[in-house]
Amino acid sequence: MIGRRGAGRPRAGGDGQVAGATQLSGAMLEVRDLRVHFPTDDGLVKAVDGLSFSLDRGKTLGVVGESGSGKSVTSLAIMGLHQHTRAEISGQVWLDGEELVTATPERVRSLRGSKMAMIFQDPLSALHPYFSVGSQISEAFLIHNKVSRKAAKQHAVDMLGRVGIPQPATRFEDYPHQFSGGMRQRAMIAMALCCDPELLIADEPTTALDVTVQAQILDLISDLQREFGSAVIIITHDLGVVADLSDDILVMYSGRVAEYGTAEDIFWRPGHPYSWGLLNSMPRIDEARAERLVPIKGSPPSLINVPPGCPFHPRCDFASLTDGRSATEVPLLREIEPGHMLACHLTSAQRARLRPERVTAAAGGRGEEDGS
Amino acid sequence: MRRYPPTGRVPAPRGVITFIIRRLIATVILLVIVSTITFAIFFLLPRLAGETPYDLAARYVGRNPIPSQIHAMEVRLGLNEPIQVQLGHFLKAIVFGETYSNGTSKVYCAPPCLGYSWRNQQPVWPLLVSDIPVTASLAIGAALLWVVGGVAIGVLSALRRGSIFDRGAMALALAGVSLPIFFTGQVALLLFSFKWQIFNVTYVGITQNPLQWARNLVLPWITLAFLYSALYARLTRAGMLETMNEDYIRTARAKGLPERIVVFKHGLRAALTPILTIFGMDLGLLLGGAVLTENTFSLHGLGWFTIQAIDNSDLPEIMGVVLLASFFIVVANMLVDILYAAIDPRVRLA
Repeated sequence: MIGRRGAGRPRAGGDGQVAGATQLSGAMLEVRDLRVHFPTDDGLVKAVDGLSFSLDRGKTLGVVGESGSGKSVTSLAIMGLHQHTRAEISGQVWLDGEELVTATPERVRSLRGSKMAMIFQDPLSALHPYFSVGSQISEAFLIHNKVSRKAAKQHAVDMLGRVGIPQPATRFEDYPHQFSGGMRQRAMIAMALCCDPELLIADEPTTALDVTVQAQILDLISDLQREFGSAVIIITHDLGVVADLSDDILVMYSGRVAEYGTAEDIFWRPGHPYSWGLLNSMPRIDEARAERLVPIKGSPPSLINVPPGCPFHPRCDFASLTDGRSATEVPLLREIEPGHMLACHLTSAQRARLRPERVTAAAGGRGEEDGS
Repeated sequence: MRRYPPTGRVPAPRGVITFIIRRLIATVILLVIVSTITFAIFFLLPRLAGETPYDLAARYVGRNPIPSQIHAMEVRLGLNEPIQVQLGHFLKAIVFGETYSNGTSKVYCAPPCLGYSWRNQQPVWPLLVSDIPVTASLAIGAALLWVVGGVAIGVLSALRRGSIFDRGAMALALAGVSLPIFFTGQVALLLFSFKWQIFNVTYVGITQNPLQWARNLVLPWITLAFLYSALYARLTRAGMLETMNEDYIRTARAKGLPERIVVFKHGLRAALTPILTIFGMDLGLLLGGAVLTENTFSLHGLGWFTIQAIDNSDLPEIMGVVLLASFFIVVANMLVDILYAAIDPRVRLA
């Protein structure tokens, strides 16, 4: 259920990171100091501001954070789906040894759908209403493979069957409005996987779905990941979604990494007060109703005027414990134990003291931090 | 791999044939209603306003009639009969034809008999039919120009939003919708017909000389198309801007489709549907007579006919042209509905 330590290779990111000209690790995907800024009339929106992580073949990374933390912007940047006229993108994205930020748009286009694919939040609006589900899948296959229309159709029917759509040959002709929500998301998954991509990004794949269908879709993604051997990034605001699936978890806040480590690290030894808040706001069935949900106070900061120092400090209960550093100094991402990165000014002693009383949800607080 | 039980299945869409048949029936019903309303406007409303059958009959006799002539006309036209009987006669004439008597001789008006013009001493229908080619040539030619031109400009503007091309095209479009045809038409005539004598506007049948037909219609086509392509360019631009922000466009890009396919297959197709609706209306309306254009260029089509009929207070002619014009609009709308179902699979369920 939980991945081995070191499934990914967390790399310190943020300020002053030396940017090499080649990919350093052998990871399937490596993102280094990624920045996505949008110039607007109101100012520069720093949606992603110095993000680094890596992901190995066959592994799953969960990216967690509130709305506006830069999760989706990151995934669209990896896919090259931002319009160059509107977004300023810098940093490096290495996909299987190939750098994408500086690659030509045509090259990135040819990789989209074939080597990296994406599943979106709302499958109804993400499917074209005028074309049959099957034709939308075979279209994706045809563009990247030199095969006949007939072969592409057969492949699409096979894919529909593999994602668990009954009578795939008949349903091939159906239009998206004739599918139920869960089936539409299955069709989206079939579309994304039809060219056997090495990287699959699922952007809140279950948010728009009925709760009863959510678990099925997540199971399907992990089944297919095992079958296809793809690396998967699951983007969500819900830690519960990634708990079972992820090898690594990246907690994003205000376009930056707040905490990054294996799923074990995040669930058993969370270090960031924001991660504690996320864990506390996760509904659990085995706790008394009164103490079940503790929301994080306040709301995410504006990405135009990011608070100085730690972007989380206006909402953090412990900002006063850091001698004012939280309000003035941006916390660097540092390794607090092997493979577990954290951007927080609290000392390990402070964290060890505070965590057990703050984290009541999950199994958090039980593990001992070895300090570094 | 696990398989999951099917979740709810929506019933398959009814066939396109059923859809077309339902539309056709609806269209026939609509035409009957339109005929009835037209009849009411010309025969019921005057009565409600206090006119007697005698007053109505007075319009159909010559100048300085004596009362007995008017009474005779009243009987001949059946104006003294109850209104529903008259409606029956009117509808029956459209379907089966009618024989009119002008006192000395009898005239058979073949179906679809839209009445008899006492002023011209002729049934209305053949008069209308002889004017249809002029209006149809004008309307269809201009429609082709404005659809192709307007949509192309709109798409380019949307894709290069904010560019010099976009700004220029939209400024021109604003001019296009603001300038009336009787102004742009006059300017076009002045420059190209009188000053440089490049285009001469007289209608020549397409069967007589297709080249001359096209050449002589160039000015009216461009004048009319200028107005409409301005409108269509703006509509297309707005539609494309909206569509290109849809999630399914992002999906199309995520699949790795080339931008050309994303724009023209996935984007334009969705953006064009609302434009199709308006196109049906506009073309139907114009086929019933492009009044301003025809009068500016002295083209003797249905628009010209309408003005003449109103000038002469020729009631049967006015009624005839109103019915024909509404027929075109109703049929154009039906065709749009059918096309819509062909384009948008969701419509077939409705």
